Amino acid sequence: MARINGIEESADGMMLSELLDKKGYSKRFIAVECNGEIIPKSCYENYKIQKDDQIEIVHFVGGG
Amino acid sequence: MDFLTREDMENMMIERHTKKVYETLKQARVAIAGLGGLGSHIAAALTRAGVGYLYLVDFDKVDISNLNRQYYRSCHLGRYKTDALKEELKGINPWAEIETNTIRVTEENATQLFGQFSIVCEAFDNPEAKAMLVNTLLPQCPSMKLVGASGMAGYDDANLIRTEKVMNRFYLCGDKKNGIETGNCLMAPRVMICAGHQANKVLELLLK
Repeated sequence: MARINGIEESADGMMLSELLDKKGYSKRFIAVECNGEIIPKSCYENYKIQKDDQIEIVHFVGGG
Repeated sequence: MDFLTREDMENMMIERHTKKVYETLKQARVAIAGLGGLGSHIAAALTRAGVGYLYLVDFDKVDISNLNRQYYRSCHLGRYKTDALKEELKGINPWAEIETNTIRVTEENATQLFGQFSIVCEAFDNPEAKAMLVNTLLPQCPSMKLVGASGMAGYDDANLIRTEKVMNRFYLCGDKKNGIETGNCLMAPRVMICAGHQANKVLELLLK
């Protein structure tokens, strides 16, 4: 199973954009890393999650 | 002490920080993107620590709404944050090397602005700009480490603010939750705590 933010989830085979929608992320405010590399926003639609992927999703909130 | 000399300042830092730490920090070059509540306090902390060269980037001017939490004073109102902050930092250490750039950071210019730095602090307030900087710099600058922030609004428990290595080469400070979207206002203590976390992570990266 893939690990999403450190937790094993059955997201294998799902497109990354589907996962992000399912989790309710707004694409404007996030960065996504897969196996140590940033996934460009333009690839969210066509990246298919693999079974051993380690995915980190960082969602930014406002203020500074 | 009537006349502070460069030597006085260097001796003080060597005495306080040790010669080894002083020499390492003196050689260090750090960039800060955004000079609001986070960036202005990060810059002050790193200047006091003796970081040799700071590159400060912001397009904005000091506004009255900044005075509740940012490093500026009422005499700076209407001035570019880059100019006002440089003046304040020179007031802390007249020999600190500070370079400023009054420009808005975009996806198009970010790599050109920050590409030569091995440590960059993300200190924007806009969450879209925060995401943009991470999405642009991490893939385009393979040896850069980024220290960013998310979640420091309000006056909730200060201990919720922490530093976490959330990605390869990306450290995130904050509680990751309390943004201005929650209706909480930004107040000096938590913003300064978060800026302190960022500045401390920079020192840790430089010295370890």
